[in-house]
Amino acid sequence: MKQHEDVHTLAAAYALNALAADERDAFAAHLGDCEACRLEAAEFEATAARLAAAAAQPPPAAMKERVMSSVDGVRQLPPRLSATTTPVRPRGPLRRQAAAFAIAAAVAAAASFGGLAAWQYQQGERARDQAAQAEERLRDISAVLTADDARTVRGRTTNGATTTIVASRAHDMAVLTASGLPAPASGAVYQLWLDHDGTMLPAGFLHGDGAVLVEGDTSDASAVGLTLEPAGGSEEPTTTPLLLMPMPG
Amino acid sequence: MEQVAHGDKDAFSTLYDHLAPLVFGVVSRVVRDRAQSEEVAQEVMLEVWRQAARYRPEVGKVTTWVATIAHRRAVDRVRSAQAAADREHAQAVRDRSRPFDDVVERVETRLESEQVRRCLRGLTELQRQAVTLSYYRGLTYREVAETLRAPLPTIKTRMRDGLIRLRDCMGVTT
Ligand SMILES: [Zn+2]
Repeated sequence: MKQHEDVHTLAAAYALNALAADERDAFAAHLGDCEACRLEAAEFEATAARLAAAAAQPPPAAMKERVMSSVDGVRQLPPRLSATTTPVRPRGPLRRQAAAFAIAAAVAAAASFGGLAAWQYQQGERARDQAAQAEERLRDISAVLTADDARTVRGRTTNGATTTIVASRAHDMAVLTASGLPAPASGAVYQLWLDHDGTMLPAGFLHGDGAVLVEGDTSDASAVGLTLEPAGGSEEPTTTPLLLMPMPG
Repeated sequence: MEQVAHGDKDAFSTLYDHLAPLVFGVVSRVVRDRAQSEEVAQEVMLEVWRQAARYRPEVGKVTTWVATIAHRRAVDRVRSAQAAADREHAQAVRDRSRPFDDVVERVETRLESEQVRRCLRGLTELQRQAVTLSYYRGLTYREVAETLRAPLPTIKTRMRDGLIRLRDCMGVTT
């Protein structure tokens, strides 16, 4: 590739967050394959952190109260386990099928992004699809699909795709799988929603056939919706839902 | 950090006191609007709580981990607002950063750390502008190049040279 010799010089721009989103993703993938860039990026991030520290200023006092009172509602992520400690034990044909599907999709995503980025953290809706995150999602998806209390609802979108929601209360997570989903028109994305007492809250995106974790508070939601939205997504649905499925009870 | 990862709120309270000024400071630099900065800084602190078990000490210090999360969140906020405002931000930055010297000057004198100020002064003009416009203003290197009316490859190189000099001047290790 023509860009290839150039890519090793991007660690600085990466550490300064001066890359556009697509370049950032590409470079994060490169970090998985390139020890030199990974080391350089880590040093540059440490340097940038000094620039951050130099800009320190006292936050408003009320902020601490708000943060401390919010932590109760924020579920902490478990430590990352090595793959061998989370064996996939599908039970029942549907789950086996769904699990195989989800795993294939997640492994494909992981492979296409090349490896681990320097830092393994997830940024919620703005998550960059890095291998580490794909692995994490894979584990979460497997955990839901194989949970003892997993419940399933199946549906069909108005544009012809079949969908399945598998939810686990024990894991406080839900997985949506789709198959036969037409590619959205250019500039449009499939966005998921969670119905909380009639209010639709953004719940992530569906990038085509495969399995995704539904983002947000799934335990209190009554239904999952799917709409086409302009690229980047919307704060609330702006088109007629293609799908509105009750959460598995 | 380990205690925080195990859900210890007292430990998190201590960690908050230690890190919130850094988080709020860097987010404010990039986001500028005070209410929005507070919102983003809050999100970052909650993210630290949520991700505590995923922090890997062998990769770097806690402050680096948290600064990385904070800066990226701030930049994401500015860029999504920017996309919505149809690149209004880049224009605003171009207006604000003229003359460039003023911006750099102000950025430096408002910094808490004497060492960082000194090390920034050790950079060439273009290196310093490339680093500070991207880090403290949240500009992409493309926008920095536009702002400084310099060729892209030059800006990429200056950013890298500038960071290398800063790293060496501050004796940064991971
Ligand atoms: Zn490289």
